[in-house]
Amino acid sequence: MAGLAACLCGLVFGIGLLLSGMADPAKVLGFLDLGGAWDPSLAFVMGGAVAVTALGFRWLRRRRGPSLAGGPLQWPAATRIDFRLLAGSLAFGAGWGLAGFCPGPALVAAAAGVPQALVFVAAMAAGMGLFSLIEHRKPGT
Amino acid sequence: MTLDRAAFAPWPALAGGVLIGLAAVLLMLGAGRIAGISGIVGGLLPPRGGAGWRLGFLLGLAASPWAYRLAAGLPAIRVEAGTGTLVAAGLLVGLGTRYASGCTSGHGVCGLARGSARSFAATAVFMAAGFATVYAVRHGWTGA
Repeated sequence: MAGLAACLCGLVFGIGLLLSGMADPAKVLGFLDLGGAWDPSLAFVMGGAVAVTALGFRWLRRRRGPSLAGGPLQWPAATRIDFRLLAGSLAFGAGWGLAGFCPGPALVAAAAGVPQALVFVAAMAAGMGLFSLIEHRKPGT
Repeated sequence: MTLDRAAFAPWPALAGGVLIGLAAVLLMLGAGRIAGISGIVGGLLPPRGGAGWRLGFLLGLAASPWAYRLAAGLPAIRVEAGTGTLVAAGLLVGLGTRYASGCTSGHGVCGLARGSARSFAATAVFMAAGFATVYAVRHGWTGA
């Protein structure tokens, strides 16, 4: 049940990425290029997504019940703003600016068969694997 | 800074954003989970095992370009970066999003929508890094 609901959500999420232009790296770089001819479109993607999510999440908080699949709603508990968060975000932003891909759009483009997206996704998975490797080796974790 | 009026398309952007938001709300309602792509992918890699909802979400995400293609024809996906840049960028995005515990979706959409200060900080940093990187690559460090 959770898998089926999640599948539908993934489909809607991906269609949203494609419709909005987020899945097109050239469009993303046009938004990130403040020094050239700036295309502010993607601010509307974020605005629309955050507004709808904020309203929906507020309703879900008030609703209080379990998810439709039966389990509790798992809201993130972390609140600390630490070095890992900031350094990680810095590295992520640099990679995003280099290629114009963030994780969701890269997966959609790879699934569409765009060869450069497959290269990016393979490297991204390697980066995530590297993180697991480093963090798993640490004593006490 | 000049505006790229030819490329500016606020309505599809807004409509796409609304769909992304709907998907995030539905995932929390249906499966009780945050729609953070880097976390969903990262959670599938060893040492952690797979979970049905993660696989389901990624399956739906992977089907989206095919459904889109059937209904309307796939929109342009234009990649300018060469292979070396793509590899470097992918590594940075993979490592960075795991250390930051989130990306554009988990922090930038869901986190901001929850009013999380931690996600505001992450989003501010990755947006600033994105702007700075594109500026450096396209216009040089000196602003030429």
